[in-house]
Amino acid sequence: MISEEQVRHVADLARLGLTDEEVSKMRDQLGVILESIEKISELDLEGVPPTANPLNLTNVLRPDTPREPLPREEALRVAPEVMDNMFAVPRID
Amino acid sequence: METRERKKTYQAVIGLEFHVHLATETKMFCGCRVTYGEEPNTQVCPVCLGHPGALPVINERAVELAVMAGLAMGCEVAPRSVFARKNYFYPDLPKGYQISQYEEPLCTGGYLEVPTSEGTLRVGITRLHLEEDAAKNVHVGESGRMHGSVGSLVDFNRGGTPLIEIVTEPDIPSPEAARATANQLKSILRAVGVSEADMEKGQMRCDANVSIRNPDGSFGTKTELKNMNSFRFVERGLTRELERQMALLESGGRVEQTTLHYDPDDDEVHELRSKEYAHDYRYFPEPDLLPLELSGAWVEEIRSRLPELPEQMKSRFMESYGLSEYDARVLTSSRELAEYYERVAAETDPKQAASWVSVELLGRLNDAGLGISDSRVTPEHLVEIIELVRSRTISRTAAKEVLDQVFKTGDRPSDVVEREGLKGLGEDELSGIVEQVIAENPEPAAKVRGGDQKVVGFLVGQVMRATRGQADGGEVRRIILEKLQS
Repeated sequence: MISEEQVRHVADLARLGLTDEEVSKMRDQLGVILESIEKISELDLEGVPPTANPLNLTNVLRPDTPREPLPREEALRVAPEVMDNMFAVPRID
Repeated sequence: METRERKKTYQAVIGLEFHVHLATETKMFCGCRVTYGEEPNTQVCPVCLGHPGALPVINERAVELAVMAGLAMGCEVAPRSVFARKNYFYPDLPKGYQISQYEEPLCTGGYLEVPTSEGTLRVGITRLHLEEDAAKNVHVGESGRMHGSVGSLVDFNRGGTPLIEIVTEPDIPSPEAARATANQLKSILRAVGVSEADMEKGQMRCDANVSIRNPDGSFGTKTELKNMNSFRFVERGLTRELERQMALLESGGRVEQTTLHYDPDDDEVHELRSKEYAHDYRYFPEPDLLPLELSGAWVEEIRSRLPELPEQMKSRFMESYGLSEYDARVLTSSRELAEYYERVAAETDPKQAASWVSVELLGRLNDAGLGISDSRVTPEHLVEIIELVRSRTISRTAAKEVLDQVFKTGDRPSDVVEREGLKGLGEDELSGIVEQVIAENPEPAAKVRGGDQKVVGFLVGQVMRATRGQADGGEVRRIILEKLQS
């Protein structure tokens, strides 16, 4: 269903570090999920549009009207580190 | 010569990708203002900071502007379009994904008509979609004082700014044509009011796909050139990249598919580490947003509000005002200028109006480093000046002097004429001056009386001096001859 290599790749894209044990566990669990989804393809879905959202609504829009932003101190309160009123983050590799 | 040889054998194939900020008041999915140069992190909220649980809501105006841009380029507007998550990790992207569009973009299939030195180039538009901009990273080195563990400072003011991404077909044959395409896009977007599209301000950014056609006509391996942030750098960067590819091919090497960026400081293209642009975005429909359904009626309503495009306006100016293509192009180069011209042309002779606006007024504005919106000379002023010349109240020379004055002071032309005594002379007054000049110059006058035409010029000069150039030379000559030879 899904190889350990694929699990490692997906984990890497999600920036998750998995142990060998976790990789094998995830492979089993993801395999079960994929199997369940596979069942759907047994159905004849010719002409059925994909459902991106269960709500039967469209065009939920807001007017282009400004609202009060967060006070800066409030915004920066959750920053790991602050410098020059900006969010300071580690080096990007 | 060598480059011409090369051009014959190597045909460049360029497709461009633009990112353009929309001229909305607020961001794409929240009510924070879109600002430039504000203090960092002063236009932020839980939505654009990606706080857990904060939900995006689509800005209606952004949708309208994107549709306007699409219509202005002859695109089809999709009756239904869907937002998608583009997943990647970068500090300027707080949610870990960018809300964009993927499988069902807002618009597809338009084109740009680009004026180039080799005629009009038609550049196909593959697609146009809506998305949000990322925040701004200030990297180590730019800020100067950064300690060990810290690499970047992030300002989220720009994060969430509404963007349209416009992708062209690979229809562009040269770096010059690429620059012209960028320019044409800018002028259309500005004309429609979709964006200021100022590349210096980062309101318009340009990436390119570049390859060299194989001898059998098929596409060569393409490279991606990122973030050329001025019109000049678009041309420069592409030129350097094509040179690099040509050198590779000529030495028997191969072009590798890669991503590069152009650095104007050393005028070179540099390869980006592949990891930074691993194209594995795992797009999927954004579950926090509902689809857009643009009814035909809505699209038509937006179309009806679409202002005239520069090319259409140019044709109309040529047809209804009888202007040359050159004049029409100059006068339609910006909406403000075109509006200014039309206000003048409505009240006086359109061809005179064209000359006074495009030569006299624009010349003075350019010299002063000003734009038409800074002009103290109003359209009404210019109409008055043109009419004063047409009614022969003042000479053309005097009229330029009047314009100089109005340009500086913003005073009414008729007041300037009065104050500076620039009014042309009546026949009687002129006749009196001629008589006086004749009396003061008996010898030349006698010669003219004796049939010597050569000294008439001298007397005309004396009269012109006495009238400070307000009289018409031909008229003066006629009066002198009338008085001395009849």
